[in-house]
Amino acid sequence: MLRSMIAVNTLLAAAAVIRAPSLDDVASEMLAFAAYGEPMLIVSLALLCLARRWLVTLGYAGAYLVVAVFELALAYSFHLLAANVSLAQQMPFTQLAAITVFVVGISLAYLDFRARALSPAVAEARIQALQARIRPHFLYNSINAVLALMRSDPRRAERALEDLADLFRVLMADNRTLAPIANEVELVRQYLALEELRLGDRLRVVWRIDGMPPDALVPPLVLQPLVENAVYHGIEPSQSGGAIEIDVGLAGKQIVMELRNPFPGESRHSAGNKMAITNIRERLQLHFDAEASMRSEVKDGSYRVTIRIPYLTTAP
Amino acid sequence: MTLAGSEAARILIADDEAPARARLRDLLDDCRDRFPLVIVDEARNGRDALEVVNREKIDIVLLDIRMPEIDGMEAARHIAGMAEPPAIIFTTAFDSYALKAFEVNAIDYLLKPVRLERLLGALGKTRVGPPVTRAALDAAANQPRRHLSVHERGKIILVPLADILYLRAELKYVTVRTAEREFLVEESLTHLEEEFADTFVRVHRSCLVARPAIGGFERSAEDGESGWAVVIKATGEKLPVSRRQHHVVKQFR
Repeated sequence: MLRSMIAVNTLLAAAAVIRAPSLDDVASEMLAFAAYGEPMLIVSLALLCLARRWLVTLGYAGAYLVVAVFELALAYSFHLLAANVSLAQQMPFTQLAAITVFVVGISLAYLDFRARALSPAVAEARIQALQARIRPHFLYNSINAVLALMRSDPRRAERALEDLADLFRVLMADNRTLAPIANEVELVRQYLALEELRLGDRLRVVWRIDGMPPDALVPPLVLQPLVENAVYHGIEPSQSGGAIEIDVGLAGKQIVMELRNPFPGESRHSAGNKMAITNIRERLQLHFDAEASMRSEVKDGSYRVTIRIPYLTTAP
Repeated sequence: MTLAGSEAARILIADDEAPARARLRDLLDDCRDRFPLVIVDEARNGRDALEVVNREKIDIVLLDIRMPEIDGMEAARHIAGMAEPPAIIFTTAFDSYALKAFEVNAIDYLLKPVRLERLLGALGKTRVGPPVTRAALDAAANQPRRHLSVHERGKIILVPLADILYLRAELKYVTVRTAEREFLVEESLTHLEEEFADTFVRVHRSCLVARPAIGGFERSAEDGESGWAVVIKATGEKLPVSRRQHHVVKQFR
């Protein structure tokens, strides 16, 4: 919906530019188009939204035709309406009709193209391919740490292996569908328990998740790869270590997740970091489109990533 | 250094992770009856490892590559400059770049988790083969060092790169100038220029100046010819800029 609004507005602006006889007239032309376009857009979106179940039953070509005819009819009624209130700049109906058909055609073609590109099968395949991969560095060091515990502290070794098993169960699982955020937090806890085994008191973790609705749905492995990055880039390069801060809460109708770690400045392995960030960004986009966002910044010697996603408790 | 057959090898373990050190300790204990050894000390990073090597007689260093402060690769490059360096066995969990470079330059390493047999094999090799050379390590490294090392009376003295004002070639040595004193290192100015291209700028055929150390440029009239001289901020020294490097002056103005 957001996308069709942006698309229609862009097209109207473009049409205004084309129609304007000189650069000075662009603004007034745009206004004329907006006078027709904006009310039409809003009414169309509302009516099409109401009629969407019925439209789906018509098949693709049928729906396409119905939408085009409907938009033409709408354009005509607006034309009559405009004649009554006598707008400053009247537009002949033939011209209005041509523009309507053009805009409807382009919009539908664009949306169709997008739907094909992001059709469930394609999107799922991409999500599979994008599934966060854990660093081999972490796996081998963890196994090494468990081996070290075998003789001295067998019970701790057992717990560590259980954590490792749980972690890999999620990594290997089919992670295409959204899962409760409480699961993700539990996973991060298990992951951090393994890292604490290796790094001891160099790794400190601060959780602030009292305001987190545990039932909120998030893409699996949305936090863990970021925490892994934080350990790899923020904690391991320092002898004295540092603190990772994890905040999860609700802001309006959005879940906000924020992760902070020290930034030693001379990151020698930035390729892995970019990969994880790109990976999560693409998965967020596939699940939530433009309604999710992810931002990262370096400020005052610390690195911060913020993710915002819509608060959902049932799958869309 | 090759060891006499019966003498117990003196070993240093360097790894930033406590469990990894514990694991190597256990494995070395298991090796003891087939390879006589003493674990002399443990280090948590490259800097600590160099400090132990300075203090103790060490025959073999088990050196983790990825460590804070000074990583294993840099520590090895400083150690290999010693007159009688200990043998170095690298350990790593995973580092695709380093492993490739080690293969190419025939440098021995152990993958963590380390197997007893592999450890025994690597320990045995230190008795027969020559220690890894500085040249091989330099070739395998993909990062510039963060220190230069001066070897004085069998000890390694680290000079942080950030402290260096300029480097001047004289005969077969390079003089390293810091605000406090001068050191001599046995390296080639050309290699130093390549390794630290981001830090130093060549002002003369025989002189590299650290960019942050430059206070300004002055007109000078040396040997009757007028030219430029670079002023070192910390010491006030003026070093001639050769005619060929005059573009450097423009770059800084």
